[in-house]
Amino acid sequence: MKYHKFDVVIVGAGGAGLMSAMQLAHNSSIAVISKLYPTRSHTGAAQGGVAAALGNQEEDHWKWHMFDTVKGGDYLVDQDAAEVLAQEAIDAVYDLEHWGLPFNRTADGKIDQRRFGGHTRNFGEGPVRRSCYAADRTGHMILQTMYQQSIRNQVRFFNEYMMLDLLINDGQACGVVALCLRDGSIEVFHAKTVVLATGGYGRAWRITSNALSCTGDGMAVAYRRGIPLEDMEMYQFHPTGLYRIGILLSEAARGEGAYILNKDGERFCIRYAPTLAELAPRDMVSRFILQEIAEGRGIDGQDYVYLSVAHLGKETIDAKLPDITDFARNYLNVEPYYEPIPIQPTAHYAMGGIPTDIEGRVVVDEKNTALPGLYAAGEVACVSVHGANRLGTNSLVDLIVFGRRAGKHIATKWLPEAEFAPLPPEPDAYATELVEGLLARAQSKSKSGETQELIRQELRDEMMDRVGVVRDEAGLLTMQNKIAELKGRWEQVRLMDSSRTFNTELMEVIELGNLIECSEATVAGALARKESRGGHYRADYTSRDDANFLKHTLAFRSDQPGRPELNYKPVVITEFQPKERKY
Amino acid sequence: MAETASGVRSIRVRIKRYQPDQNAKAYWQEFQVQADPKDRLLDVLNQIKWEQDGTLTFRRSCAHGVCGSDAMRINGRNRLACKLLIEDIGTQITVEPMLGFPVIRDLVVDMDPFFAKFEKVKPYLINDEPAPATERLQSPEQRQRYDETTKCILCGACTGSCPSVWANAEWVGPASIVNAHRFIFDSRDQGASERLRILSDRNGVWRCRTIFNCAEACPRGIHVTDAIEEVKRAILYGSNE
Repeated sequence: MKYHKFDVVIVGAGGAGLMSAMQLAHNSSIAVISKLYPTRSHTGAAQGGVAAALGNQEEDHWKWHMFDTVKGGDYLVDQDAAEVLAQEAIDAVYDLEHWGLPFNRTADGKIDQRRFGGHTRNFGEGPVRRSCYAADRTGHMILQTMYQQSIRNQVRFFNEYMMLDLLINDGQACGVVALCLRDGSIEVFHAKTVVLATGGYGRAWRITSNALSCTGDGMAVAYRRGIPLEDMEMYQFHPTGLYRIGILLSEAARGEGAYILNKDGERFCIRYAPTLAELAPRDMVSRFILQEIAEGRGIDGQDYVYLSVAHLGKETIDAKLPDITDFARNYLNVEPYYEPIPIQPTAHYAMGGIPTDIEGRVVVDEKNTALPGLYAAGEVACVSVHGANRLGTNSLVDLIVFGRRAGKHIATKWLPEAEFAPLPPEPDAYATELVEGLLARAQSKSKSGETQELIRQELRDEMMDRVGVVRDEAGLLTMQNKIAELKGRWEQVRLMDSSRTFNTELMEVIELGNLIECSEATVAGALARKESRGGHYRADYTSRDDANFLKHTLAFRSDQPGRPELNYKPVVITEFQPKERKY
Repeated sequence: MAETASGVRSIRVRIKRYQPDQNAKAYWQEFQVQADPKDRLLDVLNQIKWEQDGTLTFRRSCAHGVCGSDAMRINGRNRLACKLLIEDIGTQITVEPMLGFPVIRDLVVDMDPFFAKFEKVKPYLINDEPAPATERLQSPEQRQRYDETTKCILCGACTGSCPSVWANAEWVGPASIVNAHRFIFDSRDQGASERLRILSDRNGVWRCRTIFNCAEACPRGIHVTDAIEEVKRAILYGSNE
């Protein structure tokens, strides 16, 4: 067993992980562990932009951004966190620019900004240009820029290492255990600090914008070690996924003026949200689309509608939306210059995750008690700045603001005082048993059990049908039992590959186990939340119920498969009292 | 896998296998698959892995051509398996690992030397002047000057298709030059002369024989050879306007 020792181990090399690394590279010994090469991380797939109230195009204020974030999140947002998000977004964007990020520019050479869903001027009066962007590959540019700077700062990477376990001893995080894909070795990383920045779990649904690697590894690993998962029922479906394959077509299209049309060619969003129309928040637009389809106004009576950019003209399309229009050409043979693009809602983003405070410290109970040495940032975390629904561009803001904050807190507050907690006895016990058990199943060539693919397909189909844009009691109860069943079937999964060299079957089976854990917390939270709020819409409880549910769900793993223990904690409300959400 | 409705057809996929635990030599194996014309080749590889042979090994992540994980040699050309539809490649498909890289297993190649060469060209903004309180200014024209080379996803398709790389593993290769270009022509950067010095040595730009394989291979549509030519001119004429 290989043993490594670092002050800080960061797990995940997307925007949040690398932003933390940047704060620490100069003064501490740090390692970044990534399941992929860093530039493969899913941050790179983000398209539209990163919001910051720079006011380069028109008057804007961080407080307006804060308000939009709170309202967009249907008031489940912790407002102290939203304040930090909106305020620090500005400096974080300038940091990125100083590190070389090639933002699009205004005529006078400043960072260009454009409209995005739910971002408004003067507390909801109308759309505002707040999204700083680099064509429709802003995430790619952020990831590349951060990776470039990591090279400059000689950050130590462990590429293609999959985290299998989190080590906690004496009430303090003390490291992680990871599988080196290349040679199958189990390696222990002893650390004073662990930062989880492993991203989301969109692969739990059949139609998703998420990469095959987005399997909730960080959430599942923490959950198994007794750390709760917060607000997992709050999962965002992005309204404009490419029909059937789910690839994201950025909201930037609508920011630039694209229409969403039903079979009659009607811009139906205007009927539901007269002020913002297509630029209403994503949870609402996804529901508008499903409503149209349910009432028979999908295209050809089927389960999709159109996104149309043709009226924007070739020049705008080529300059501002080149990648997404290429996706339409490449995967659907549609020419967006002339033809509308078939779209449907696609599983996109986890508002919930590992609970943290505004410094990025993981907090483990309803009293927000911090677990020393453990941090989380980005999609894996729940600060909570997105509440029940995230606004477009706020994911990238979350990465850079809270990745940065976690890194700074570690550097200035935690490391000066911290000591290494001793490793627990046999630190690799869980990971070794997991891997050896699975390899032994492959070695035995046993035909019992079923393939991982059957289990995965069933999970994804059922999650799509029962835990999608619209949910109800009966479907969720069925799903809760299904999760318990799938857990049992996963224990009996059949494998073929017993090699230790780059065993991707082994990796995928472990990932599937992680997806089931994340789904378990999602379903339990959704079942208990008998109201509709943001991304969580219950056909049997269609209104928001502040009296009973203006609170965060905490799901703790229990011995009973499918049935975590639920607890709740209050929402932090500072300035903006909950109101009905209208656009 | 994508769920399109019609036109499922039988296809034959010939894959170059290398399973170092069992066999010191690479060998070919053929698979028959039922696939939809709209399926990506990546969907087909997943189908083989999940339904026929769990030992088939390849990298993949985003599945829509932005992460750069699944570059491989497909019917003789380097492509991303997730950008290529079955209807565009036909029913007889040959898949191999990219040339010019050490193979770890099946289609997975060792990318470490590739990233080491990338790091050699100082692929990061160099500007040691104190940054202003807000952004550094850059006109839309200055920004446009290096737009194309910002698209690189470091998949290695260009480098793995270059005969000069096959002939000399030490050569820095097209992807590194593309990423040097991205900074050399960025008005905010002050590291151009350092990079041009690195690229003018014996393993720099001059080993490029303008064969254009790289440009043809690039899944991001970067005119790689043109970018290399611009760097050559910058070395010769000392100008990176």
